[in-house]
Amino acid sequence: MVTAAEVVATVTDPELPMVTLADLGIVREVRETADGVVVAITPTYSGCPAMETIRDDIVAALWQAGFGRADVRTQLSPAWTTDWISETGRAKLAAAGIAPPGAAPRRSAGPVPLVLAPRTESVACPQCGNARTEQISAFSATACRELRRCPSCREPFEHMKEI
Amino acid sequence: MSFDDDAYGALTDHDDDSRWAYGTGFADPMAGVPTAVPDDVDRADLAAYCLMLGDDVLVMSHRLQQWVTRAPELEDELALANIGLDLLGQARLLLTRAGEAEGAGRDEDALAYLRDPAGFRNVRLAERADADFAYLLARLLVFSCWRLPLLDRLVASRDPVLAAIGAKGVKEVTYHREYAAQWVVRLGDGTDLSHRRMQAAIDAVLPTAGELFRPHEVESRLAAAGVAVDPAALRPEFDEAITQVLDAATLSAPAGGEVSGGEMAGRAGRGRDGIHGPELTEILAEMQELARALPGGVW
Repeated sequence: MVTAAEVVATVTDPELPMVTLADLGIVREVRETADGVVVAITPTYSGCPAMETIRDDIVAALWQAGFGRADVRTQLSPAWTTDWISETGRAKLAAAGIAPPGAAPRRSAGPVPLVLAPRTESVACPQCGNARTEQISAFSATACRELRRCPSCREPFEHMKEI
Repeated sequence: MSFDDDAYGALTDHDDDSRWAYGTGFADPMAGVPTAVPDDVDRADLAAYCLMLGDDVLVMSHRLQQWVTRAPELEDELALANIGLDLLGQARLLLTRAGEAEGAGRDEDALAYLRDPAGFRNVRLAERADADFAYLLARLLVFSCWRLPLLDRLVASRDPVLAAIGAKGVKEVTYHREYAAQWVVRLGDGTDLSHRRMQAAIDAVLPTAGELFRPHEVESRLAAAGVAVDPAALRPEFDEAITQVLDAATLSAPAGGEVSGGEMAGRAGRGRDGIHGPELTEILAEMQELARALPGGVW
């Protein structure tokens, strides 16, 4: 017997179909109640346009697995961080050519520091493994990714930004 | 919403809130978020405050998306569209919160699409039309350098929804500020022409920043109640970030001393009081056209 939590965990992200919602770390709670299943998810970005599709996909997956009615709720706090992406999720991203995020920046007390140089933290090329790559743009096809290129194999690639 | 094995049936089986332009089941961005307002917080003030902060990002987001197809590089189209999308997401949360606190049955759509310019409470900086790319960058820099410390302090708000919006927004606006700052440095410390145009944009935009730091009475009351941020407190952090960018960009602050000193000379009235320029009327004419032509339209 599959649990509702197991069903929700296998739903894939509409924009990153190689990873599941569990891999992404956006599922906060799955609770089976007498009235159906209550699911709480955390948005990755405030304007993430995939949230509605994710809700629909969860409802559909639970229905097809025989759970009937599902109520998908949004949980805003605590804010999602890329640190919640699982090791499996990171491996799947890398296998799909998207460099996974490193550790999210830790804030010390005081103002958020303003970094004027392009972020140079080492992001390895997912194609050839070269450790030194450069940023093309801090934004890409979705808010959560940036564009980089590898000076060794000359290939551009995407990197999931640390937040 | 329900779903069955008939894929086509499922596509057409949507409730009245579904708007096809946004995908099936266009849902409240805060569906399921606890909406209680702390007992001792004035609901009208909270609604007004959320409207101010929400209108800032709704209008700024609209201006940013107008750059799509006009930016100098494809990468900048993506960047500006992404920044606009982040701000639009923040606007949806804030306007939804405003509607809840107001308790008059207005949702994010009613607030965004069915108010006249005089009902908008955004800072005037958000609505200004961009003369060129340098002007946009100056505006985005000033906006982000002000907004980031605001969101950062909002995390301590006694309103749990505002606190959550602040915590999320800090991460996003950190990237927006970096984008604007790095471009300002590149242009300011670039060629003679790019330097001249970037300096002209800074000279035009920075003197208008005064409105950002003068508290509206609603902001003052709610700041005293531990709900809102007193905008005057943001000034040192703003000045420090702007100075850091201008120095690196070999640009100078406009004459007249402190970087955010000036008041917009000759233009009385503030966006926070519902006083706006013709620019906002133009934005709303475009943004609201469809919703007003087809009230409650569903497709």
